[in-house]
Amino acid sequence: MSDATLPAATAPARRDGSRARGESRFVQFVLIAVSLAFLLLFLLLPLVTVFVEAAARGWEAYRAAITEPDAQAAIRLTLIVAAIAVPFNTVVGIAAAWAIAKFEFRGKNLLISLLDLPFSVSPVISGLVFVLLFGAQGYFGPWLQAHGVSIIFALPGLILATVFVTFPFVARELIPHMQSLGSADEEAALTLGASPWRVFFTITLPNVKWSLFYGILLCNARAMGEFGAVAVVSGKIRGETNTMPLHVEILYNEYMGPAAFAVASLLAGLALVTLVLKTLLEWHYGDAIAASRRH
Amino acid sequence: MTTTASFRWREPSILPGFGLAMGITVTALSLIVLIPLAGLFVKAASAGPADIWAVATSPRTLAALRLSFLGALFAALVNTVFGLILAWVLVRYDFPGRRLIDAAVDLPFALPTAVAGISLAAIYAPNGWVGSWLAPLAFRFTIPFTDVSIGFDGKVAYTPLGVMVALIFIGLPFVVRTVQPVLEELQSDVEEAAALLGANRLRTVFRVILPPVLPALLTGFVLAFARAVGEYGSVIFIAGNIPMVSEIAPLLIVIRLEQFDYAGAAVMATMMLLISFALILAVNLVQARARRRFGDV
Repeated sequence: MSDATLPAATAPARRDGSRARGESRFVQFVLIAVSLAFLLLFLLLPLVTVFVEAAARGWEAYRAAITEPDAQAAIRLTLIVAAIAVPFNTVVGIAAAWAIAKFEFRGKNLLISLLDLPFSVSPVISGLVFVLLFGAQGYFGPWLQAHGVSIIFALPGLILATVFVTFPFVARELIPHMQSLGSADEEAALTLGASPWRVFFTITLPNVKWSLFYGILLCNARAMGEFGAVAVVSGKIRGETNTMPLHVEILYNEYMGPAAFAVASLLAGLALVTLVLKTLLEWHYGDAIAASRRH
Repeated sequence: MTTTASFRWREPSILPGFGLAMGITVTALSLIVLIPLAGLFVKAASAGPADIWAVATSPRTLAALRLSFLGALFAALVNTVFGLILAWVLVRYDFPGRRLIDAAVDLPFALPTAVAGISLAAIYAPNGWVGSWLAPLAFRFTIPFTDVSIGFDGKVAYTPLGVMVALIFIGLPFVVRTVQPVLEELQSDVEEAAALLGANRLRTVFRVILPPVLPALLTGFVLAFARAVGEYGSVIFIAGNIPMVSEIAPLLIVIRLEQFDYAGAAVMATMMLLISFALILAVNLVQARARRRFGDV
């Protein structure tokens, strides 16, 4: 074990089941079969069903379902919300990672826990808190009404709720990576006279670009797919405050199954693209984003 | 401020930007997360003891909370068992499609919950692919000398079982992804030592391999549980949402909100958050003890 090359050399050998300490072929086969059956039933079947049901009424019906004005409005709104929420959380995530990874200060662990807080709050509650603040009977409701500003049942509410639920994604990918890199590069550049922003843009950002991209990818997937938080603040006005997931719900509840699955298939497609990009990132830049495997 | 050596709020550093970065972080965190959550607690507290008690002890509230927490508990337990097997298979064995399966585990993270919800409802509905196949399996059995009867009436969708199916879907990756890295880092020499000293494989697995994996398994369980308790989108389509039977707590919050019962919604949300936080805290304490025993995992 003293040889530095040993750990890498033993990794593939671990999968060799014929070793004395491994399980018998039969046990291996049973465990693999159980895993595959479980995945097939609970994960892959739902995914396949989306596409099968979407295609059930043929291409024309599919095209009609995703090109009708309300569906188009929902797609547009989902893109607008993500286009605002994701960059916002990216900037905040980078700032949080810089403060936490590059400096030592009191209360750091508390700050990290607070950043992760939205993950342990039900999506419904994430929407509810904004209704309590800005809704018609909320703390600021009367004032907002008097000034003709609407937040709940309007775009600002959708954005706020989405920002809340996707708040931790970028920061939690960046923090472990930046911590593992240390600050020696940045300190050297500063000593050599580089300006702070130059240090950030030519050293820090390129160093963490893949884990940043990884975080943005997950943040975007959640932002576009968020349902519970958005459902509470949206009011579900068709063509106005209906995002794609909400449009799926309305169609489904109106017994327009094929149309619901048609719109859902677009979201499932987004999920597949996200999954493929995420997997490619893990394969090629696994070391850089290793910490993120601990979701 | 930093001239006194006895107390330093932060270690000195030549790196710039602490104030700016910290300012952005704390401002955004406060405005987006902390103040709105504080508003929720204030709203719940302002309801008055009588109203809080009425909401907290109403049969419908208790039934919804029981379903959400027990359903989440059951789903997290199922996920812990199958997640451990899955992580084991992915780390230790080589078989065709292993990397594909590995990637597919994250599907519930990527698939929007509403999409998963309508899909699960379609599959497990009485006329769905799996639902139609489950109907003939109905059975009922009365335990002798008691009035207790257990059984399965062939339906999953629109029953509490449907809720659990959705919660199992949503929670699986949490267990696999927390256990997997620990299994990967496990040193094989202790295993070999156990085998050489005469332990059979089963004994080695339970006495040598599983103990250091336990803290990670517990973390995965808690993450899956916490996610399942608050889950909404993937559940409401398959649940059928019958009050007192298959109505989950997050849905009851939405219903109260739609009836403009802001205080009732706030009280219920606060109850959910407090129970969740208490559970997470308790498990973290258990974990801190386990960490001291088995090292950092």
